[in-house]
Amino acid sequence: MASKSKRVIPGTTIFDGDMARKGYALNKMCYSFNSEENRQAFLADREGYCARFGLNAEQTKAVLDLSVLAMLAAGGNAYFIAKLGGIYKLDMQDVGAQQTGMTKAEFQAKLVAAGKN
Amino acid sequence: MARIVGGISVTHVPYIGRAIANSLQQDAYWKPFFDGFPPVHAWLDKVKPDVAVVVYNDHGLNFFLDKMPTFAIGAAEEYRNADEGWGIPTVAPFKGDPDLSWHLIDSLIEAEFDLTTCQEMLVDHAFTLPLELLWPKRNAALRTVPVCQNTVQFPLPTPKRCLAFGRAIGKAIESWDSDARVVVIGTGGLSHQLDGERAGFINKKFDLEFMEKLVTDPDWVTRYSITDLVELTGTQGVELINWLTARGALGGAVKAIHTNYHIPISNTAAGLIAMETV
Ligand SMILES: [Fe+2]
Repeated sequence: MASKSKRVIPGTTIFDGDMARKGYALNKMCYSFNSEENRQAFLADREGYCARFGLNAEQTKAVLDLSVLAMLAAGGNAYFIAKLGGIYKLDMQDVGAQQTGMTKAEFQAKLVAAGKN
Repeated sequence: MARIVGGISVTHVPYIGRAIANSLQQDAYWKPFFDGFPPVHAWLDKVKPDVAVVVYNDHGLNFFLDKMPTFAIGAAEEYRNADEGWGIPTVAPFKGDPDLSWHLIDSLIEAEFDLTTCQEMLVDHAFTLPLELLWPKRNAALRTVPVCQNTVQFPLPTPKRCLAFGRAIGKAIESWDSDARVVVIGTGGLSHQLDGERAGFINKKFDLEFMEKLVTDPDWVTRYSITDLVELTGTQGVELINWLTARGALGGAVKAIHTNYHIPISNTAAGLIAMETV
């Protein structure tokens, strides 16, 4: 891959061509979760389901650990990862709390505070 | 010729679908959001649009990363919603307007906007929820044309390109040989970021300025690059380019009929603005 200098926004990943290439298998698996049948197949054999979509070891571990930051680092896209989160009934405050190391209540308070100033 | 009566831009968080399904509109959490809509309903009752052109972004329902058009347009008789994987209820199909779709396709490609044409197209919450919010008692006569912009995989279309695309959509609608009354809807935003250590980022100051400039001076937005907008509004806040395209379609001067802004709905700063062409 040619090296390009990219602008860095702290705590933020731009889902560009490099990430889209890296995360293709992971995102393709998450895209399959638009179907209830596939969601059930995943829950029945999570590791086997990851293997069927060709996830690498880093991606598979991130999925099995349900670690959103690790999935992002492995090329996962937020909109697709959210479909995996849906299987575990995680809402966006659960996901936000996990990524920021806060409790869910702290994360929700941070959102409310953003409206106050 | 067809007439553009105005435009509406509104947030499209998936959980709004659950709130509607469970009739939570007057629940303390949801009330400040849903209370923004009655004045817009009254305006729609007055201007009575026949067709809605809806500028939105897909979230991995109709388009995957295997084929990702920058600009796509529906040209179907009907648009169906389907399971998006996050457990929100699926809503009934919306009627299309293939005559307007093909007029837009012909006009826009002639104007050198080479968009992807879709005779079958699933529409996700970003298309369905704004329509459910704006017509809570479903207007069965309303015809729709979905216009989908890529906000998933970078590079995204620049704000300058979106505004020009919107202006071309507006010109195309006004050259359509029809007596239809058209409303242009933009969906998504405002500031929010779902992913990364910066998850939960919201920028009220920027959002409020954006809403004001959208009415008075939409070219103001073109001073920002997409990366600037990610920094200022979050990785998903950049969906506000759908608002910009919809605003472009309204042409020159517009008058704001109603605005609402509330933080938070889920992780999102929820905005609403209705504008009438003058
Ligand atoms: Fe969205």
